[in-house]
Amino acid sequence: MKTLDKLTKPVPGPRTAKIYKRWDGINSEELGQDELREKWALFGLSIPAIILVLTVIAIPVGWLFWLSLFNDEGVLSLSNYTRMLDSKSYSRIFVTTFKVSFFTTLLCVLIGYPLAYFLAQLPKRWAALGMMAVLFPFWTSLLVRTYAWLVVLQRKGLINQWGMELGWWDTPIKLVHNLNGTLIGMVHIMLPFLILPLYGSMKTIDFDYIKAAANLGANPVKAFWHVFFPLSLPGLFAGMIVVFVLCLGFFVTPAVLGGGNVIMVSMKIETLIDLFFNFGTASALGVVLFVLTLMVLFVAYKLLPPDKVLGQGHNV
Amino acid sequence: MTNTEPTIALPICIRAITKTYGDVYALDNIDLEVKSGEFLTLLGPSGSGKTTLLMVLAGFTRPDCGSLLFGDNEVIRMPPHKRDVGMVFQNYALFPHMTVAGNIGFPLKLRGRSKNEIAARVEGVLATVRLEGYGDREITQLSGGQKQRVALARAIVFEPRILLMDEPLSALDKKLREHMQIELRHLHEKLGMTTVYVTHDQREALTMSDRVAVIDHGKLIQLDEPRKIYDQPTNRFVANFIGESTLIPVEYIDGKPCYDGVPLKISNQNAADGNLLMLRPERLTLLDIGGSSDYNCFKGEVGDVVYQGESFVIYVTLTDGTEIAVRSVSQQKFLATTPERGGKITLGLHPDETVLISDQDGGNNCTSTYQKI
Ligand SMILES: Nc1ncnc2c1ncn2[C@@H]1O[C@H](COP(=O)(O)OP(=O)(O)OP(=O)(O)O)[C@@H](O)[C@H]1O
Ligand SMILES: [Mg+2]
Repeated sequence: MKTLDKLTKPVPGPRTAKIYKRWDGINSEELGQDELREKWALFGLSIPAIILVLTVIAIPVGWLFWLSLFNDEGVLSLSNYTRMLDSKSYSRIFVTTFKVSFFTTLLCVLIGYPLAYFLAQLPKRWAALGMMAVLFPFWTSLLVRTYAWLVVLQRKGLINQWGMELGWWDTPIKLVHNLNGTLIGMVHIMLPFLILPLYGSMKTIDFDYIKAAANLGANPVKAFWHVFFPLSLPGLFAGMIVVFVLCLGFFVTPAVLGGGNVIMVSMKIETLIDLFFNFGTASALGVVLFVLTLMVLFVAYKLLPPDKVLGQGHNV
Repeated sequence: MTNTEPTIALPICIRAITKTYGDVYALDNIDLEVKSGEFLTLLGPSGSGKTTLLMVLAGFTRPDCGSLLFGDNEVIRMPPHKRDVGMVFQNYALFPHMTVAGNIGFPLKLRGRSKNEIAARVEGVLATVRLEGYGDREITQLSGGQKQRVALARAIVFEPRILLMDEPLSALDKKLREHMQIELRHLHEKLGMTTVYVTHDQREALTMSDRVAVIDHGKLIQLDEPRKIYDQPTNRFVANFIGESTLIPVEYIDGKPCYDGVPLKISNQNAADGNLLMLRPERLTLLDIGGSSDYNCFKGEVGDVVYQGESFVIYVTLTDGTEIAVRSVSQQKFLATTPERGGKITLGLHPDETVLISDQDGGNNCTSTYQKI
C-alpha cells in the first residue's frame, strides 16, 4: 500500500520536460504540431540565405579543391600539394605572407589602439569628425591610395626629398619596393578595420567601471590597465582577427609597393594563372591558404572563446 | 589581523557646496555635517541632487564652490583615488572581467597587499556579507541580491572610514530589499564607519538611518532623526513628501490656532506654530458621533471604504469640503462598526498628535555659519 501511495502521489518540485512530453495533457498534440510547423517555417525563411552561401562559397571552394587534385597532364594526383612541400620557394611565400600579416596587425594595434582610445574619449561631435577622418580613405579606391603611397615613398618621392633637404639623411632611404613599403601601405589600408570594432567596444564600456576603479584607489594609469584595457579586449581581438585574415589574402598593395620583393600567396596565384595558366597549382595554393586561415581562426577561437570575450555583459 | 576594533570613523563636514548644470542648481548651497560613525540618509525626489552630492563626496563631480572636510582634512580638491572612501554604485559597477574574489581583492591589490593577505581578507569579508564560497564565481552568475553584497564587500574590504551608497537596494524586490536593509544596518553597527546613504524610498530612509537629510531642488530642507522627520516636518514639502498627509489651513482667533472656530488642543508647543494642520491617516481616530473633549474633532461624511489587508482606509469629506483619509487596523471589532458610505462620521486627533506646520515651501532652514578654507 505504502509504495503504491508513493507512486501515485505527484512529485514535488519542478516537473522535468521529459515528464511533460510524455504527459498527454489538453491540446498537447496540437501544441506539438504548432511547434514543428514553426521550426519548418523558420527553416523555409533561411533557404535563400542557404542557397546564396552554397552558390557563392561552398561550390566555388569545392571546385577549387577539385581543380587542385589534377596535375599538369590533367591526371588525378596529389602532385600539386607534394610540390609545395618539396619546393623551398613555396614555403618562403607562406612565411612572407604570415610575416607581412603579423607585422601589419601588430603595427595596426600599436597605432590603432591609442587612436581609438582618443576617439572614444572625445565629445560626441568631435568623435564623429574623427571617425570620418578614419573612414575617409574608404572613399578612395584602394589602387589610388596604393599608388599615392608609391609617389610619396619612392626614391625621389616627397619623404626622401624633404628628408634630404632638411639634412636628416644624405642618400635616399629605401622606403618602397620592399617590406617597409608594403607594411606602410597595408597598415594604412587596414587601420580602419581595426579601429571600427575597437572603437565600438570602447564605447560600450560603462564609465562607472572607471569611476569604481578610481574609488577603490586606482590612479588613472592603473584604472586603465586593470579595467579599461581588459574590457576593450573583445573589440581589439575582433579587429585583429579581421585585419590578420584580410592581410593573408591581400594582393594589390604588396604587389605595387613590394615591387616584386615581397611575394604573398595571392600574388603567386596570380602569376601561376596569368603567366603559366597553371590552375592546378594555383588552386592548391588557394586551398592551403584557405585551410591555414581557418586554422588561424580556430586557434583564435580556442584561445579566446567568443562567449567569454564577446559575450561579457558590460551592462551588468 | 588581530585588529577586531571597529574601523575608526571620520566625520564629514560639507560647507556651502553649490553645483550648477547650466541654469539648474543640482546642489544649492548645501551645509551638512555628518557625525563620526553616523548612518545618514539623503532622501529626496528624483532629480533633487542626491547623486550629485554623493559624487561630490566621492570626488567624481567638481562643485562650483564649497568646502568638504573628512575629519580635519580639506578634500575638496583631492582626486577620487586618494580619498579612501568606499562606495556602492547604483548599478554596482562590478568589473565583469574579474571573478567575485577578483573584484573584492582589487582595492587590496592596488594597495600592494600580499596575495595571502588578500585571500584571507576576501574570505573574511565574504563571510561578513554571507557569501562564503562564492569567490570563484563570475559576476554574471550572480543574482541581484548577491551582486549587491559583492559590491558592498568590495566597498568595505579596505576598511574605509567613510562609506557611500547610492540607492544600492533599488534593483531588488521588496522582500530582499527589506532583508538587506536590516543587514546593512547590522553591518553598519558592526563596522561603524560613517555612512552616507542615498534613497528616494522614504520607508527605507526612516528604517535605516540615524538621521535623514531631506533634499529638494538641491537644497537641504530638513535634517533630523527619522521620528522627527515624520512627526514634526518643518514645512509643507516634507509633510507631503514623507508619509501620507493632508494639510488643512487653520485660522488664528485671538492669537490661537483654530479649526472650524474651535481652538486646537496642542500638547507639543514646538509644533504649535504655523498655519497648516497636518492630518495623517493613521494618527486619526474614529470617535462616537458626538465627539470627545479629549480630542480635536473633525466631522464629515464617509466616502469610499478601502480594505487593504492589514488595515483599512476610510475617505472622509469634511464639512468644509476637504477630503481626508483615516486608517485603522483591520480588526473585526473596528470593521464591524465602520459607518456606511454617505453616513456621518467624527474623527479625533489627539493633542499629542496635533502638529501645525508652516506653509512655506522649502527654503534652507538649516542656517549655519561657514568660513572659506
Ligand atoms: N551631468 C549632468 N549634466 C547636466 N545635468 C545634470 C547632470 N547630472 C545631474 N544633472 C541634473 O542635476 C539634478 C540633480 O541630479 P541628481 O542625479 O543628483 O538627482 P538624484 O537626486 O540623484 O535623482 P534620482 O533619485 O533620480 O537618482 C537633476 O536636475 C539633473 O538633471
Ligand atoms: Mg540618483
